[in-house]
Amino acid sequence: MTSSAPARDRFSRAGTAGADVLRGFGRDTWTIALFGLLVGLLLVAKLSAPDYGATELTSLAIGALPIAFAAVAQTIVVISGGIDLSIGAMMALTSVVAASQMKDASPEAAVVVVIGVLVLGLVLGAINGLLIVVSRVPDIVVTLAMSYVWAGAALLVLDTPGGGAADWLQAMISGSVGVDFLPRALVVLVVCVGLVWLPLRRSRLGLSLYAIGSNRLAAFRGGVDVGRTKIAAYALTGLFSAAGGLTLTASTGIGTPIPGPYTLLAVAAVVLGGVSLAGGRGGIVGPIVAVFVLVLVRTDLTFLGVDANLSTVVQGAIMVGVVMIGAFVTLRRRRI
Amino acid sequence: MSSAPRVAEGGRGRNLAATIRRTVRDRPLLPLLILLAVLVGSLQFAQPGMLTPSWASTTIRFAVPLAILAACQTMTMLTGGIDLSVATVASMSAYIVFTQTPGQGPWVAIGIALLAALLVGLVNGIGVGVFRVHPLVMTIGMSLVVLGLITVYQRIMVASGSRIPAEVAWLGSGTSFGFVPNSLFLFIPLAAVLLFILHRTGFGRLLYAVGDNEAASRLAGVRVWQVLVALYVLVGLLAGIAGIVYGGLTNTATAALADGLLLPSVAAAVIGGTSIFGGRGGYEGSIVGALILTVLTTLLTVLDMPEPVRVILFGAIILVVASAYTRITAET
Repeated sequence: MTSSAPARDRFSRAGTAGADVLRGFGRDTWTIALFGLLVGLLLVAKLSAPDYGATELTSLAIGALPIAFAAVAQTIVVISGGIDLSIGAMMALTSVVAASQMKDASPEAAVVVVIGVLVLGLVLGAINGLLIVVSRVPDIVVTLAMSYVWAGAALLVLDTPGGGAADWLQAMISGSVGVDFLPRALVVLVVCVGLVWLPLRRSRLGLSLYAIGSNRLAAFRGGVDVGRTKIAAYALTGLFSAAGGLTLTASTGIGTPIPGPYTLLAVAAVVLGGVSLAGGRGGIVGPIVAVFVLVLVRTDLTFLGVDANLSTVVQGAIMVGVVMIGAFVTLRRRRI
Repeated sequence: MSSAPRVAEGGRGRNLAATIRRTVRDRPLLPLLILLAVLVGSLQFAQPGMLTPSWASTTIRFAVPLAILAACQTMTMLTGGIDLSVATVASMSAYIVFTQTPGQGPWVAIGIALLAALLVGLVNGIGVGVFRVHPLVMTIGMSLVVLGLITVYQRIMVASGSRIPAEVAWLGSGTSFGFVPNSLFLFIPLAAVLLFILHRTGFGRLLYAVGDNEAASRLAGVRVWQVLVALYVLVGLLAGIAGIVYGGLTNTATAALADGLLLPSVAAAVIGGTSIFGGRGGYEGSIVGALILTVLTTLLTVLDMPEPVRVILFGAIILVVASAYTRITAET
């Protein structure tokens, strides 16, 4: 747990009773509670539709996959104290690039395309970060403006939905692995995120990410190159956005140049996942679980015969409600 | 984070730069007006004979709803927040007006719409002010809630039909005395009131105070939550008004009517010089910002560029203006 040191430090430094309680009500408790919520929602699904099983789990995982990658992308940048409103546009751009290049390409060439698209994501994100560092304009404004640029670029690549996806890429996220109840998409998610996040969290860069999110000035005085770390954070966000874009292409078989609602869903998942928008706190598991909660709520409401449109209301209400309850509990405990 | 004092490359050049910087800081509106003039000038250059009173009238009619929404962003940004639910609220209020008019008559319909907008603002305000939810989260969440509710309402009202009230059409797209857009009769008093609130009233000062240093204003006896609740209620109401004007302008009402105005409304406030961190800025700049964005859109259309290039340039220009502004006004 060494890597979460900056997050912990912030509270232990305060050293008051309130801070102790806050630590107890920290991200682990939060994630466990979210898991509980997820299990509850799965139970509701199973009870209201008795034949809810492997097929449904698989489609749940496929539906949640792009949102989950978007959420991971947002989490990294939020932990470093920023926010990226161009994730949806980057996903659209990487998705159309992948789809247009993969159309009629051989499986071997498709591998090159996939790697190329991931690198493209890194570059897009790095450009975002570089512009923020160089222009000194607030993150939210830069990424908002860049969302136009990336969305426009996506339209340049493909003006209508089209292109294609390699068969192996489509097969990679459909169906299940080994036992029926282990969707392949979930494995892909865990492997991709684990491959990048686990080593990162234990590295110097990972520590720096938390440090600049927690206290920029202190991090700077502690010898962290704030600018470079910020650019790295945005580059990683770009990388995961590209992964999200690839899964969009893989799950639909085509690329769509119009950005989906992924930016806002990612913000929702990050907040629901217990990551502080102020930066420096939180992990990657919470937001991923939150994505599944948000997707599953919709499924459950459909099973229960609720109007599909009302499920948007419920999603919004859950997002606001959970954050309100969280804030309320922390506030009350702090006062006592 | 100030830039290191530059080595003088000759006294005169440095003096000039310093003068420009001082002028811009003292009169933040000046460079924006120059930019607006340049854009209008290049429009005339790109298509001679374009600048007619009817062109000006159209531009203003499109700028007014954007400028009202920019007021929402300006005021929330002054307190260090942001309101991403304004576009949904605007669409909602236009939709309510259009669907309630056949049954209730235009004035009752407008009343219902504004009341609904105000309620959304109240919920936002309670969330942000009382429960301390981050404004970004609160307003995204509320816009999801509202969007869902409109869609459900849409299904209920599908039988009753919808009609654009003549009054709203008059306000949104009509003109008087030849070229004067009617929406100005609403916007000028509205803007005057907002400017008066921001510059001359205690509430306006409190908005700046809360945005500048919330802890300090709390210690000074400000009831921050009351300020925030009042602010978001006002903002909800303004978003509702903007939606009605926009509905009258476009002659349509759908659940996604004003979605395209959300990012431009933030952009207008930002290039108008309002800091997203709170405490700095004003509505004057946002009005000019809204005009700049509207003229810019026309210019990019007139230049006959393909849609994608237009979108890219739009984003790039917002970024360049925001960055130039930050650089010039940065404390050195």
